[in-house]
Amino acid sequence: MTHPGAGPGAGPGAEPEPTPEEVVRRVLDDLPRHRGVVVDSPPGAGKSTLVVRAAAHLAATGEPLMIVAQTNEQVDDLVARICDKHPRLTVGRLSAGGYVPPRRMLELPGVTVGTRVQDLGDPDVVIATADKWAWISGRTWPWAIVDEAYQMRSDKLLRIAGLFERALFVGDPGQLDPFSIVDGDRWSGLSWDPLQSAVSVLLRHNPDLPVHRLPVSWRLPASAAPVVSRAFYPFTGFRSGTGPGDRRLELVTGGMGTVHDRALEEAARSGWALLELPNRHTVRTDAEAVEAVALLAARLLQRGAVAGSEQGERPVTAGRIAVGAAHRDQVAAIRNAGLPPEITVDTANRLQGREYDVTIVLHPLSGRRDATAFHLESGRLCVLASRHRHACVVVARAGIAELLDAHPSAEPVQLGVPVKFPDGWEANQAVLDHLAAHRVQA
Amino acid sequence: MSLLTSLARLRAIERGRAQPIATVRHCHLSARPMVFIPLKLSGEAAAPLAAMLGTDPGEPRLLAVTQPRNRDLRFAWAGELAGALLPYVTGFMGETETVERRNADPYERALDAPQLIVPNRAGVAFTRLLGRSTRFRRTDGPFPVPEGVPLLGRWLTYFAERAAYPGSSLMPAATDELGRHWASGQSALEDANLAALLAWITEGPDDAAEDPLIWPPAGPATDPGFDAEVLAPAMESGSAERITEALRTQLEPTWRLVWRAIGLLRELTPGASVAQRWEHDRASYSGMSAQLAEGAPPQARRDGAVAAAARLARMERAQAAYEVQRAYDDPLVMAEYRLTGEAFAGEVVDTAPDHTEGEGRSRKLRPLVTVKTDDLVRIAPGSALGTPQRRGQGAELVSARDGLVTLKITKGMGRGRTPAPGAVPEVGERVCYSSLTDDFQGAAALPEPEETPWTHGGPPRPYEPTDEDAREEWS
Repeated sequence: MTHPGAGPGAGPGAEPEPTPEEVVRRVLDDLPRHRGVVVDSPPGAGKSTLVVRAAAHLAATGEPLMIVAQTNEQVDDLVARICDKHPRLTVGRLSAGGYVPPRRMLELPGVTVGTRVQDLGDPDVVIATADKWAWISGRTWPWAIVDEAYQMRSDKLLRIAGLFERALFVGDPGQLDPFSIVDGDRWSGLSWDPLQSAVSVLLRHNPDLPVHRLPVSWRLPASAAPVVSRAFYPFTGFRSGTGPGDRRLELVTGGMGTVHDRALEEAARSGWALLELPNRHTVRTDAEAVEAVALLAARLLQRGAVAGSEQGERPVTAGRIAVGAAHRDQVAAIRNAGLPPEITVDTANRLQGREYDVTIVLHPLSGRRDATAFHLESGRLCVLASRHRHACVVVARAGIAELLDAHPSAEPVQLGVPVKFPDGWEANQAVLDHLAAHRVQA
Repeated sequence: MSLLTSLARLRAIERGRAQPIATVRHCHLSARPMVFIPLKLSGEAAAPLAAMLGTDPGEPRLLAVTQPRNRDLRFAWAGELAGALLPYVTGFMGETETVERRNADPYERALDAPQLIVPNRAGVAFTRLLGRSTRFRRTDGPFPVPEGVPLLGRWLTYFAERAAYPGSSLMPAATDELGRHWASGQSALEDANLAALLAWITEGPDDAAEDPLIWPPAGPATDPGFDAEVLAPAMESGSAERITEALRTQLEPTWRLVWRAIGLLRELTPGASVAQRWEHDRASYSGMSAQLAEGAPPQARRDGAVAAAARLARMERAQAAYEVQRAYDDPLVMAEYRLTGEAFAGEVVDTAPDHTEGEGRSRKLRPLVTVKTDDLVRIAPGSALGTPQRRGQGAELVSARDGLVTLKITKGMGRGRTPAPGAVPEVGERVCYSSLTDDFQGAAALPEPEETPWTHGGPPRPYEPTDEDAREEWS
């Protein structure tokens, strides 16, 4: 989605693009002036860094701060980052009863873990998932930071908004929209539609809040940032922090000329590869596609890939590789194909916010005979295509372009619902169009 | 569409007959349902034209508006409809039971509840519009409406909203319920045609189902040919009898079809959880009756921020429970989950009923069961499991390898040192376990509507009924 006139540089004749540092400073300056501040962050643009910095900035004022994230992993991650950068801050980590904190968290100085606010002492920062915060009452915080606010459903915000007076909302507008298992048409068009994201509802009720945009992706390489920016952020583009050639991927051992090897070589050379299987309608857990994905991952390890970047040279170990798919049964099938357990295999939903050197993606539309709203959702492909620092290999059956042509998005138009950009259909075409130049046919 | 349903649809085409996709009935069928078939005037959003209704297949009651463009006649019709419908709808509060509640006063729950059966989903949508156009009206002041109309509006609104509630059977649509139990060889769009779907289930696909002269549309929209050639001249003639008889030709075929659909569904045995869901319906109906008795205002036009979130939470909970219950009630539905690897069935090959975990005081009984299965299991170790064979039992997957699944029972095997008799399956028993469990955490509390936070627009203005409500433009 776009916020007209929002970020600087949004319109023609605007002032020159601000540097990331300028944006961060403007955000921090805006905090005391407004009830809420929104920061849009494209993939890998330093969202977590901003959250950590804003947390330290707010904690320095001496007022207590609450931080809201969406999953336990995100919370644990933020705790670790805050402690790493600002060891003097005391952090309280609220959790549900069944939560087992990772050992690395218990070893951190200044961190307490508890299920009740009273158990935490009086830390500078209290951090928990939105679901956990919903059970807290009887106290308010002067400040809150809501992380991944675009992935948060607005009904969750409704449950916790009474806990804070002012808040910084940070998130990536291009990723997956929140969803529900029930039909929410009866609320569509309402400004407080519970199925909309927290940020959409917030901005519809408070249109004067400032919206900032982080302009540089530090994660995506120069080969990927323009593609992702054009396809998924058509009106709020961003650039890569590194130039062409700054990121390298080398395969140490020679290939055997198989399609999988050729696809990896193409990805190492250009940052993208499309391994195209013959056109066929398949079940979701397409055995050949699953096998191709597993083989690619195995070959990538065997060929001893080495990633070179501004952070130096390092081998692409299993932990630096992710495999992404649209559905859980596809994920289960890929896991069963015998990948090393260190390789992350997950759905787009759960890969949100993660970063790897190389990703291997099973295209959401591969082998399908229809393109539903689920598969066309631009956020799904955006997440899958923007997790990598070096290269992304997509596995797909041929014929997706034709499938898209046969299924133009035909969702009913609802009154009062802001038009969403980008259109999933168009974004899919844009990515396919780019991948066509990096195609290896099986 | 799931794999099994796709297969059933292919089979339906091959055999020329709809295929069952359920072994039990997943909806409640009242002993005395009321069939309600509304018709509207073409080109108008909510101008009622006629309705056929009744609880006896042999005695349909037909109510018609002789000139739907005349608002007075419309509301006179609504008054008649109220007279026909309300005695049935409100007649179930006579026999009640007292239900004790935790943290709340006991309440009276009706032993049975009304059930309005419409032919299709469009019938539900039109019922909602009828409710919307009548519930804010007043019997006094400017533009008064006949007695009973505002109350009718509230009840119609209630039924239509309840129809959107997962698992509710207060207002089922015949095509929906048939579609949940049989897969035809036609598209989902074609399944919305009651005549066509019923033909697939009974005699096999029939082109006549598409012929409006043989099977007029099941409403609420009428056949344009009928509108132009029969209805328009009848209305011009001004003869109420002629109009009514013309409409009867459009409604009677559908009337027969709906009762036929009810008959087909009645032949199925109800699933084990159907009574429980109907109990929720009865409780909901009793709550609505109580609210009306206390003089509650008509349902709001739109849900406020808090009301919307609360309704969403209730509906999601009901949807999740409904899916689990359907799978537990029906092996054919569970088979879908076995295909996706979320469930498995097989024979018990080994048990360790006295297996324990922990030491000393924290020593817990955790019987182990090993199942041999041909299903592909895609459940991660440590996941919670449930089983249709022992509903109260909880288990956890320990390992799944080479067709052998080991699980430990964590709940519902008794408190002693040895499991209660029958709690642990015997070697040789056929069992089914699934990661689908209805062990949900309740949703966290929402703020009171008057404490709606600034992020959601702040507290709403409280609703006060005024004469302005009746002045709303209805066209």
